[in-house]
Amino acid sequence: MYGTRLRALSIATLITLAGGFALAAFYAPEDADQGFMQKILYLHVPLAIVALCGFIFAGVCAIQHLRTEDSRWDLRSYVAIHISLILGAAVLITGSIWARASWGHWWVWDEPTLVSFLIVFLLYATYQPLRFSIEDRDKQSRYASVFAITAGAFVPLNFLAVRMAQSYTHPRVFATANGGLEPHMKVAFYTCLLGMALLYVTLWKYEMSAKNARAQLKALRRRLGGDGAPAPRRSASPTLESA
Amino acid sequence: MRRAVNAVLRRDLRLETRTPQVVPGMALFSISAFVVFHFALQEREVQGNLAAGVLWVTLLLAAVLGIARQFVADREEGGFEGFLLAPVDRTALLVAKVASLFLFLVALEIVAVPAFLVMLLGPAPTEFWRLLLALALADAGIAFVGTLVGALAVQSRARDLLVPLLTLPLLVPLLIGAVKISAPVFGSPVAAARWPWVLALYDLVFGLVAYAVFDFLLED
Repeated sequence: MYGTRLRALSIATLITLAGGFALAAFYAPEDADQGFMQKILYLHVPLAIVALCGFIFAGVCAIQHLRTEDSRWDLRSYVAIHISLILGAAVLITGSIWARASWGHWWVWDEPTLVSFLIVFLLYATYQPLRFSIEDRDKQSRYASVFAITAGAFVPLNFLAVRMAQSYTHPRVFATANGGLEPHMKVAFYTCLLGMALLYVTLWKYEMSAKNARAQLKALRRRLGGDGAPAPRRSASPTLESA
Repeated sequence: MRRAVNAVLRRDLRLETRTPQVVPGMALFSISAFVVFHFALQEREVQGNLAAGVLWVTLLLAAVLGIARQFVADREEGGFEGFLLAPVDRTALLVAKVASLFLFLVALEIVAVPAFLVMLLGPAPTEFWRLLLALALADAGIAFVGTLVGALAVQSRARDLLVPLLTLPLLVPLLIGAVKISAPVFGSPVAAARWPWVLALYDLVFGLVAYAVFDFLLED
């Protein structure tokens, strides 16, 4: 059920992302003082926004899982965090490159957004170790959901506290005082954001359908082979029991 | 509910007074940390932001020790099963554990803060109430987050590894607030007045989250 329309979605993602980056490179004007380097904005910021939304989405799925005790919600939450972590690593790398280019340092502490993102990333990086070190399947998924909810509540609080603690040197691209982004830039930026969101959904669906197919295959083998069914793999990533 | 909370809290405190483990451990750790800071910083005394940082880092790391021990006895000696068999609200265990962790932290600070003032602090503290305010708000936050993390990690094989990894990022906002509130005590300029409110918001949010999800950590 997760495999439907995957091809169309993949093509749409590819077109939107490629179009967004093309707009960013050729259509949007160059930034007056940062020059070409500012173009990393079109990669870095959408990545960060999508990764954070993914973390929040995982928290919502975890709430659903605890309420309904349906293992599908746990799987959704797991996959969402997994992909957000990958995007998160990309956010930290691109942010670091940008900081190097515009301030001359690989890491700048008075850039609240990036620092908050690092803290959030460090917290979510313990999701998998926590999950994989609990043996009981049932407990594992429940504890992982509790973690996802706690961490989801932590994300906005953390951004609030870190932003209040520091001076403002981050390039406020959306600062209302300066009138925000220039309209050409805005078009390119929102296309990139849409493309990145589509990329996230596509990756999420791919992983979900892979897990789904594996669960179905296992169920079929079990029905076919009786006792000769394959031994369960030793992996802690969640699987669907019901399929 | 109140009777259940009282019973669990009394049991935890009695365990700690009969075989003192957590509080002496945390207190000794904090004093060792001050010694380590003295040599690592190569300073006879500290002041200002540095003093606040040294004190709060020590307190947080000591708190992590207490958090890791919090549910160990319950798991190993069947405390969870006993509690689940009793016809009481499960929130009672949360409340009792938060209260006991809070009291342990207060006991730690009764040792660690005077030790810090004597061993490391340069100028005499001014406006001491700011430190007390920060301690009270931070202890409540650490108690909520710590109880949640302790209960999460106690079922895993990698408990000792997970507790610091989970606790430290979660406590970063709390650390920022506590340092901002208490730095003037050691001679830094006074920070904005909103920080106690930020800490109070942190306590409220994690109190509610702990209340909402704690039941799911006990089901068996």
